[in-house]
Amino acid sequence: MNRRLLLLLLPLGFLIVALFFYQRLQHDPSARDSALMARAFPAFEATTLRDESHHIDQRLLEGELTLVNVWGEWCPACKQEMPQLLELADHGIRMVGVNYRDTREKGKSFLDEYGDPFEVNIFDPEGDLGFDLGVYGAPETFLVDAEGIIRYHHKGYISPEDVTQRILPEVAKWR
Amino acid sequence: MALIRLFKAALFFGLVLTALSAAAGGIEVREFDDPLLAQRYHDLTASMRCPLCENQAIGDSDAPISADMRERVYRMLQEGRADSEIINHMVERFGDYILYNPRLESRTYLLWGLPVGLGVVGCLVVVLVVRARRNASAKALSAEERARLDALIDRRPS
Repeated sequence: MNRRLLLLLLPLGFLIVALFFYQRLQHDPSARDSALMARAFPAFEATTLRDESHHIDQRLLEGELTLVNVWGEWCPACKQEMPQLLELADHGIRMVGVNYRDTREKGKSFLDEYGDPFEVNIFDPEGDLGFDLGVYGAPETFLVDAEGIIRYHHKGYISPEDVTQRILPEVAKWR
Repeated sequence: MALIRLFKAALFFGLVLTALSAAAGGIEVREFDDPLLAQRYHDLTASMRCPLCENQAIGDSDAPISADMRERVYRMLQEGRADSEIINHMVERFGDYILYNPRLESRTYLLWGLPVGLGVVGCLVVVLVVRARRNASAKALSAEERARLDALIDRRPS
Protein backbone atom coordinates (compact mmCIF):
# COMPACT_ATOMS: atom_id res chain seq x y z
CA MET A 1 0.00 0.00 0.00
CA ASN A 2 2.65 2.45 1.17
CA ARG A 3 4.98 1.50 -1.62
CA ARG A 4 2.27 1.94 -4.22
CA LEU A 5 1.58 5.43 -2.94
CA LEU A 6 5.29 6.24 -3.16
CA LEU A 7 5.46 4.89 -6.69
CA LEU A 8 2.54 7.11 -7.66
CA LEU A 9 4.02 10.19 -5.97
CA LEU A 10 7.29 9.97 -7.85
CA PRO A 11 5.96 10.43 -11.40
CA LEU A 12 3.44 12.94 -10.09
CA GLY A 13 6.19 15.05 -8.57
CA PHE A 14 8.22 14.73 -11.73
CA LEU A 15 5.23 15.83 -13.81
CA ILE A 16 4.65 18.91 -11.68
CA VAL A 17 8.29 19.97 -11.92
CA ALA A 18 8.35 19.26 -15.67
CA LEU A 19 5.20 21.33 -16.22
CA PHE A 20 6.69 24.18 -14.22
CA PHE A 21 9.88 24.16 -16.30
CA TYR A 22 7.93 23.81 -19.54
CA GLN A 23 5.84 26.82 -18.65
CA ARG A 24 8.97 28.85 -17.87
CA LEU A 25 10.45 27.83 -21.22
CA GLN A 26 7.64 29.73 -22.96
CA HIS A 27 8.57 32.81 -21.01
CA ASP A 28 10.68 35.45 -22.75
CA PRO A 29 13.55 36.25 -20.37
CA SER A 30 13.98 39.71 -21.84
CA ALA A 31 10.35 40.58 -21.04
CA ARG A 32 10.68 41.89 -17.52
CA ASP A 33 9.48 45.01 -15.81
CA SER A 34 11.68 47.99 -15.30
CA ALA A 35 13.08 48.26 -11.79
CA LEU A 36 11.77 51.83 -11.78
CA MET A 37 8.11 50.90 -12.12
CA ALA A 38 5.92 52.91 -9.70
CA ARG A 39 8.95 54.95 -8.63
CA ALA A 40 9.75 58.60 -9.22
CA PHE A 41 11.51 59.58 -12.42
CA PRO A 42 15.20 59.88 -11.42
CA ALA A 43 16.57 63.30 -10.59
CA PHE A 44 18.74 64.77 -13.31
CA GLU A 45 20.35 67.99 -14.45
CA ALA A 46 20.88 68.51 -18.13
CA THR A 47 20.55 70.88 -21.03
CA THR A 48 18.22 70.51 -23.96
CA LEU A 49 19.35 69.08 -27.26
CA ARG A 50 18.66 72.27 -29.18
CA ASP A 51 19.88 74.80 -26.61
CA GLU A 52 22.96 74.16 -24.49
CA SER A 53 22.22 77.18 -22.31
CA HIS A 54 18.76 75.91 -21.39
CA HIS A 55 19.07 73.94 -18.12
CA ILE A 56 16.38 71.48 -17.12
CA ASP A 57 15.79 68.96 -14.32
CA GLN A 58 13.23 66.37 -13.21
CA ARG A 59 10.62 69.08 -12.54
CA LEU A 60 10.18 69.11 -16.30
CA LEU A 61 8.03 65.99 -15.88
CA GLU A 62 5.67 67.25 -13.22
CA GLY A 63 2.17 68.55 -13.86
CA GLU A 64 1.23 66.52 -16.90
CA LEU A 65 1.27 62.93 -18.07
CA THR A 66 4.32 62.54 -20.32
CA LEU A 67 5.70 59.86 -22.59
CA VAL A 68 9.50 59.85 -22.30
CA ASN A 69 11.28 58.22 -25.24
CA VAL A 70 14.97 57.32 -25.05
CA TRP A 71 16.54 57.50 -28.52
CA GLY A 72 19.76 58.10 -30.39
CA GLU A 73 20.77 58.81 -33.95
CA TRP A 74 22.82 55.58 -33.92
CA CYS A 75 19.77 53.45 -33.20
CA PRO A 76 18.01 52.00 -36.28
CA ALA A 77 14.83 50.97 -34.46
CA CYS A 78 14.43 54.57 -33.28
CA LYS A 79 14.05 55.65 -36.90
CA GLN A 80 11.41 53.01 -37.51
CA GLU A 81 9.36 53.96 -34.49
CA MET A 82 9.30 57.67 -35.31
CA PRO A 83 6.00 57.53 -37.28
CA GLN A 84 4.36 55.89 -34.25
CA LEU A 85 5.73 58.58 -31.93
CA LEU A 86 4.42 61.30 -34.25
CA GLU A 87 1.03 59.60 -34.17
CA LEU A 88 1.08 59.51 -30.36
CA ALA A 89 1.92 63.22 -30.30
CA ASP A 90 -1.08 63.78 -32.60
CA HIS A 91 -3.24 62.17 -29.91
CA GLY A 92 -2.33 65.12 -27.71
CA ILE A 93 0.14 63.20 -25.55
CA ARG A 94 3.00 65.26 -24.21
CA MET A 95 6.25 63.78 -25.55
CA VAL A 96 9.72 64.33 -24.12
CA GLY A 97 12.81 62.78 -25.70
CA VAL A 98 16.06 61.68 -24.11
CA ASN A 99 18.82 61.99 -26.66
CA TYR A 100 20.94 59.13 -25.38
CA ARG A 101 24.69 58.79 -26.03
CA ASP A 102 24.60 61.03 -29.05
CA THR A 103 26.09 64.30 -30.28
CA ARG A 104 24.07 67.49 -30.69
CA GLU A 105 24.69 67.62 -34.43
CA LYS A 106 23.64 64.05 -35.08
CA GLY A 107 20.64 64.34 -32.78
CA LYS A 108 19.39 67.50 -34.41
CA SER A 109 19.82 66.21 -37.94
CA PHE A 110 17.95 63.03 -36.94
CA LEU A 111 14.95 65.12 -35.86
CA ASP A 112 15.14 67.20 -39.04
CA GLU A 113 15.06 64.06 -41.13
CA TYR A 114 12.57 61.84 -39.28
CA GLY A 115 10.29 64.43 -37.65
CA ASP A 116 10.12 65.82 -34.16
CA PRO A 117 7.22 64.75 -31.93
CA PHE A 118 8.99 66.02 -28.79
CA GLU A 119 8.16 69.11 -26.79
CA VAL A 120 11.77 69.06 -25.64
CA ASN A 121 14.75 66.70 -25.73
CA ILE A 122 16.95 66.04 -22.72
CA PHE A 123 20.55 65.92 -23.95
CA ASP A 124 22.28 62.91 -22.34
CA PRO A 125 25.60 62.43 -24.18
CA GLU A 126 27.27 60.36 -21.40
CA GLY A 127 24.20 58.24 -20.80
CA ASP A 128 23.96 59.25 -17.13
CA LEU A 129 20.20 59.74 -17.14
CA GLY A 130 19.86 56.58 -19.22
CA PHE A 131 21.84 54.69 -16.57
CA ASP A 132 19.63 55.99 -13.77
CA LEU A 133 16.61 54.93 -15.82
CA GLY A 134 18.05 51.43 -16.17
CA VAL A 135 18.15 51.78 -19.94
CA TYR A 136 20.28 49.09 -21.59
CA GLY A 137 19.47 49.71 -25.21
CA ALA A 138 17.46 52.20 -27.21
CA PRO A 139 14.63 52.74 -27.88
CA GLU A 140 12.94 52.55 -24.52
CA THR A 141 9.84 54.44 -23.53
CA PHE A 142 8.52 55.42 -20.10
CA LEU A 143 5.09 56.75 -19.22
CA VAL A 144 5.41 59.28 -16.40
CA ASP A 145 2.26 60.50 -14.65
CA ALA A 146 1.54 64.10 -13.57
CA GLU A 147 3.24 63.45 -10.20
CA GLY A 148 6.45 62.36 -11.93
CA ILE A 149 5.96 58.65 -11.16
CA ILE A 150 6.89 56.03 -13.78
CA ARG A 151 3.75 54.05 -14.63
CA TYR A 152 4.60 52.05 -17.71
CA HIS A 153 7.76 50.94 -19.46
CA HIS A 154 8.06 49.82 -23.05
CA LYS A 155 11.32 48.11 -23.92
CA GLY A 156 12.35 48.34 -27.54
CA TYR A 157 10.58 49.30 -30.72
CA ILE A 158 6.98 50.57 -30.57
CA SER A 159 5.07 48.96 -33.45
CA PRO A 160 1.85 50.45 -34.89
CA GLU A 161 -0.03 47.67 -33.02
CA ASP A 162 1.71 48.62 -29.77
CA VAL A 163 0.34 52.15 -30.13
CA THR A 164 -3.30 51.02 -30.07
CA GLN A 165 -2.94 47.90 -27.95
CA ARG A 166 -0.48 49.02 -25.29
CA ILE A 167 0.48 52.67 -25.22
CA LEU A 168 -2.92 54.34 -25.71
CA PRO A 169 -4.68 52.15 -23.11
CA GLU A 170 -1.91 52.88 -20.59
CA VAL A 171 -2.16 56.60 -21.31
CA ALA A 172 -5.94 56.45 -20.77
CA LYS A 173 -5.40 54.55 -17.53
CA TRP A 174 -3.00 57.03 -15.97
CA ARG A 175 -4.30 60.31 -17.36
CA MET B 1 55.22 13.97 -32.92
CA ALA B 2 52.73 15.41 -35.35
CA LEU B 3 50.23 15.62 -32.55
CA ILE B 4 52.57 17.68 -30.42
CA ARG B 5 53.27 20.00 -33.31
CA LEU B 6 49.55 20.39 -33.86
CA PHE B 7 49.06 21.11 -30.19
CA LYS B 8 51.80 23.74 -30.25
CA ALA B 9 50.25 25.39 -33.28
CA ALA B 10 46.86 25.45 -31.62
CA LEU B 11 48.37 26.95 -28.49
CA PHE B 12 50.12 29.63 -30.50
CA PHE B 13 46.95 30.38 -32.41
CA GLY B 14 45.05 30.68 -29.14
CA LEU B 15 47.62 33.09 -27.73
CA VAL B 16 47.51 35.27 -30.84
CA LEU B 17 43.72 35.29 -30.69
CA THR B 18 43.75 36.30 -27.04
CA ALA B 19 46.21 39.08 -27.72
CA LEU B 20 44.17 40.28 -30.68
CA SER B 21 40.89 40.35 -28.79
CA ALA B 22 42.53 42.23 -25.94
CA ALA B 23 43.91 44.74 -28.44
CA ALA B 24 40.46 45.10 -30.03
CA GLY B 25 39.41 46.55 -26.69
CA GLY B 26 36.42 44.33 -25.97
CA ILE B 27 37.02 44.66 -22.24
CA GLU B 28 39.24 47.34 -20.82
CA VAL B 29 42.10 46.64 -18.44
CA ARG B 30 41.87 48.59 -15.22
CA GLU B 31 44.69 49.53 -12.90
CA PHE B 32 44.27 49.41 -9.16
CA ASP B 33 46.85 50.55 -6.61
CA ASP B 34 45.30 48.25 -4.04
CA PRO B 35 45.15 44.53 -4.93
CA LEU B 36 42.19 44.17 -2.55
CA LEU B 37 40.27 46.70 -4.62
CA ALA B 38 41.18 44.83 -7.79
CA GLN B 39 39.84 41.63 -6.23
CA ARG B 40 36.58 43.35 -5.22
CA TYR B 41 36.23 44.79 -8.71
CA HIS B 42 36.70 41.34 -10.17
CA ASP B 43 34.21 39.73 -7.77
CA LEU B 44 31.58 42.42 -8.26
CA THR B 45 31.74 42.40 -12.05
CA ALA B 46 31.60 38.59 -12.01
CA SER B 47 28.53 38.55 -9.76
CA MET B 48 26.36 40.81 -11.92
CA ARG B 49 24.56 39.68 -15.02
CA CYS B 50 24.54 41.87 -18.11
CA PRO B 51 20.94 43.17 -18.51
CA LEU B 52 21.15 42.94 -22.29
CA CYS B 53 22.82 39.61 -22.95
CA GLU B 54 20.84 37.19 -20.77
CA ASN B 55 23.65 35.06 -19.47
CA GLN B 56 26.97 36.81 -19.29
CA ALA B 57 28.53 38.59 -16.36
CA ILE B 58 29.19 42.29 -16.91
CA GLY B 59 32.84 41.41 -16.28
CA ASP B 60 33.14 39.47 -19.52
CA SER B 61 30.52 41.00 -21.74
CA ASP B 62 31.33 43.58 -24.40
CA ALA B 63 27.80 45.01 -24.52
CA PRO B 64 27.86 48.82 -24.15
CA ILE B 65 25.71 48.68 -21.03
CA SER B 66 28.17 46.26 -19.39
CA ALA B 67 30.99 48.72 -20.06
CA ASP B 68 28.89 51.47 -18.46
CA MET B 69 28.21 49.27 -15.45
CA ARG B 70 31.87 48.32 -15.04
CA GLU B 71 32.78 51.98 -15.24
CA ARG B 72 30.24 52.73 -12.48
CA VAL B 73 31.53 49.87 -10.30
CA TYR B 74 35.10 51.13 -10.80
CA ARG B 75 34.18 54.70 -9.94
CA MET B 76 32.22 53.71 -6.84
CA LEU B 77 35.10 51.51 -5.63
CA GLN B 78 37.49 54.42 -6.03
CA GLU B 79 35.06 56.56 -4.00
CA GLY B 80 35.37 54.01 -1.20
CA ARG B 81 31.80 52.67 -1.38
CA ALA B 82 30.93 49.32 0.17
CA ASP B 83 30.10 46.29 -1.99
CA SER B 84 26.52 46.27 -0.73
CA GLU B 85 26.12 49.93 -1.70
CA ILE B 86 27.36 49.22 -5.21
CA ILE B 87 25.08 46.21 -5.57
CA ASN B 88 22.06 48.20 -4.33
CA HIS B 89 22.92 51.00 -6.71
CA MET B 90 22.76 48.58 -9.65
CA VAL B 91 19.66 46.68 -8.51
CA GLU B 92 17.76 49.95 -8.04
CA ARG B 93 18.32 50.67 -11.72
CA PHE B 94 18.41 47.31 -13.45
CA GLY B 95 16.42 45.11 -11.09
CA ASP B 96 17.05 41.81 -9.30
CA TYR B 97 17.65 40.23 -12.70
CA ILE B 98 21.28 41.33 -12.66
CA LEU B 99 22.10 39.37 -9.49
CA TYR B 100 23.53 35.91 -10.13
CA ASN B 101 23.02 35.26 -6.43
CA PRO B 102 19.49 36.37 -5.55
CA ARG B 103 19.25 38.04 -2.16
CA LEU B 104 17.49 36.37 0.74
CA GLU B 105 14.18 38.20 1.18
CA SER B 106 10.53 37.24 1.60
CA ARG B 107 10.14 36.91 -2.16
CA THR B 108 13.05 34.46 -2.47
CA TYR B 109 12.43 32.28 0.60
CA LEU B 110 11.01 29.53 -1.60
CA LEU B 111 14.00 29.71 -3.94
CA TRP B 112 16.57 29.40 -1.17
CA GLY B 113 14.46 27.22 1.11
CA LEU B 114 13.35 24.58 -1.37
CA PRO B 115 16.70 22.73 -1.75
CA VAL B 116 17.15 22.65 2.03
CA GLY B 117 13.53 21.59 2.50
CA LEU B 118 13.82 18.83 -0.09
CA GLY B 119 17.05 17.63 1.53
CA VAL B 120 15.34 17.39 4.91
CA VAL B 121 12.34 15.58 3.40
CA GLY B 122 14.71 13.19 1.61
CA CYS B 123 16.56 12.36 4.86
CA LEU B 124 13.23 11.81 6.60
CA VAL B 125 12.09 9.42 3.89
CA VAL B 126 15.36 7.46 4.11
CA VAL B 127 15.06 7.20 7.90
CA LEU B 128 11.44 6.06 7.65
CA VAL B 129 12.19 3.50 4.97
CA VAL B 130 15.17 2.08 6.86
CA ARG B 131 13.14 1.88 10.04
CA ALA B 132 10.20 0.22 8.29
CA ARG B 133 12.54 -2.36 6.77
CA ARG B 134 14.17 -3.13 10.04
CA ASN B 135 10.79 -3.72 11.67
CA ALA B 136 9.58 -5.74 8.72
CA SER B 137 12.58 -8.10 8.78
CA ALA B 138 12.26 -8.54 12.54
CA LYS B 139 8.57 -9.27 12.20
CA ALA B 140 9.06 -11.56 9.23
CA LEU B 141 10.07 -14.46 11.52
CA SER B 142 7.31 -16.38 13.20
CA ALA B 143 7.90 -17.87 16.67
CA GLU B 144 8.60 -21.22 15.05
CA GLU B 145 11.18 -19.79 12.70
CA ARG B 146 12.81 -17.87 15.49
CA ALA B 147 13.19 -21.07 17.50
CA ARG B 148 14.74 -22.78 14.51
CA LEU B 149 17.10 -19.88 13.99
CA ASP B 150 18.17 -19.96 17.61
CA ALA B 151 18.76 -23.66 17.33
CA LEU B 152 20.88 -23.17 14.21
CA ILE B 153 22.94 -20.48 15.86
CA ASP B 154 23.51 -22.64 18.92
CA ARG B 155 24.68 -25.47 16.76
CA ARG B 156 27.34 -23.24 15.24
CA PRO B 157 30.81 -24.51 16.19
CA SER B 158 32.52 -22.03 18.54
